[in-house]
Amino acid sequence: MENNHLDTEIIKTKDVNFYYGAFKALTDITMNFEKRKVTALIGPSGCGKSTLLRLLNRMNDLIAGARVEGEVLFEGMNIYDPEVDPVEVRRRIGMVFQKPNPFPKSIFNNITYGPRLTGTANKSDLEALAEQSLKQAVLWDEVKDILGRSAMTLSGGQQQRLCIARALAMKPDILLMDEPTSALDPISTAKIEELIDELKKSYTIIIVTHNMQQAARISDKTGFFYIGKLIEYNATEKIFTNPDVKQTEDYITGRFG
Amino acid sequence: MTRQTVSGAMKRRYLKQHLFFGAVRLSAIILTLALGGILFYILVNGIQVISWEFLTSPPTDSMTKGGIMPAILGTLYLTLGAITVALPLGVVAAIYLTEYAKQGKIVRAIRVGVNCLAGVPSVVFGLFGLGFFVVFLKFGSSILAGALTLGIVILPTIIGASEEALKGVPQTFREASLALGVSKWLTIWKIVLPNALPGILTGSILGIGRAAGETAPIMFTAAAFFTAKLPGSIFDEVMALPYHVYVLATAGTHIEQTRPIQYGTVLVLVALVLGIDLIAIVIRSYMRRNKRW
Repeated sequence: MENNHLDTEIIKTKDVNFYYGAFKALTDITMNFEKRKVTALIGPSGCGKSTLLRLLNRMNDLIAGARVEGEVLFEGMNIYDPEVDPVEVRRRIGMVFQKPNPFPKSIFNNITYGPRLTGTANKSDLEALAEQSLKQAVLWDEVKDILGRSAMTLSGGQQQRLCIARALAMKPDILLMDEPTSALDPISTAKIEELIDELKKSYTIIIVTHNMQQAARISDKTGFFYIGKLIEYNATEKIFTNPDVKQTEDYITGRFG
Repeated sequence: MTRQTVSGAMKRRYLKQHLFFGAVRLSAIILTLALGGILFYILVNGIQVISWEFLTSPPTDSMTKGGIMPAILGTLYLTLGAITVALPLGVVAAIYLTEYAKQGKIVRAIRVGVNCLAGVPSVVFGLFGLGFFVVFLKFGSSILAGALTLGIVILPTIIGASEEALKGVPQTFREASLALGVSKWLTIWKIVLPNALPGILTGSILGIGRAAGETAPIMFTAAAFFTAKLPGSIFDEVMALPYHVYVLATAGTHIEQTRPIQYGTVLVLVALVLGIDLIAIVIRSYMRRNKRW
């Protein structure tokens, strides 16, 4: 275990290999993610970027036959240590999915679902938390009068912001986003991107995206993946203007992928 | 291709379509007629004997007169008892099979076993109930033994329906809950189960109908030929509607004389099953509100 990790680091992978059964999906991934920064993971379909994302909060545990080698150090602690409870890890590392997935419950109950089941029982606390989270996700003004209505009645973009609010209500340290705008229209996408820019003041955000302009717009650092390997990991500006590796350049200029 | 051949091909296609739809419609009509015919026949023949007295008094005069109240109550007790036993057990088994068990040979073997159980003739369950509950566990011929036996009869139906209902809950709900740091058990309890409940109830409705109508499983385990007194505990025997019909129609000494009572009893049984189903359907549609995804 390393104790000399820098203050700016929050989570890092060390020589991570990942297998789906006999298929090796990730090879020797070593990557530091910086605190309160947006890190984008890009690459063609099947390159392993989503796999890596789901590895960071142990969501890959749900897949039968999945196997991890190496370490994922979250604040210096290996989250794959047998002593670590994956449920606890997921409490501190939240996740937003590709398709908005609110529960078929009211807006209020969607937000308070997590906190209620993990400790906060006080009703006024929950109300304050719901308001705070919805404001953070810039959804409050649109839903403050309809908190009792089913979340399924919201539009796709609103549902996705609700899912972000739901994740924020757990007060996580890191927010993982798996192509959070790929199912949304351009206006909703713009709203989510503004939101991400706002959220990085207090959260560490790691986002997988298929949209390279999006990565260029919102991220501070970008990692380019290809066939399970981290090809290049650099400041976003550098990646998109003057990448070190030829493959990266070919990909971002649209020569393949 | 000329215009002529195009319209010829179209005509043939329309004809095929008409034939197919006609066949579909015909089978639907036959089915409805069969069901409606049976119900109508029972209704017409049974309605004559239905009266307040018939529903609220015990049989008299060697069962040629009087009512069927003990049988109604007996069937209610047995059916509710069976569902009380089978529903929790079946749902828990389904949760284990779909959510927890590692999918593989053992789970497949259990599933095959459950399906075989559904195909076992009901008289076999009756004999099992007699051997296990009545004799071995010394419950005697009783509501308890009958309800347990009926519970086993409907268990495969409930497990099957519950498994389907659980599988029908979108995987994204589970992921969303787990990603919030909610444990697997709480995810199942708070998200998966509530969303599967309408489907589980559908299975239970089928189970209730089966439990209320079965004769063979209760023949040796619970049903009494005749008892005017009402059961005082779950260790008492009861009369039951299907068994009462069976007795009147085959074993009595006044088969022809009791014919109207037989129809009346069948009518009450059908009404009772439909009534219980109706309650379950109302609960289900109430739960389905706001559950669209």
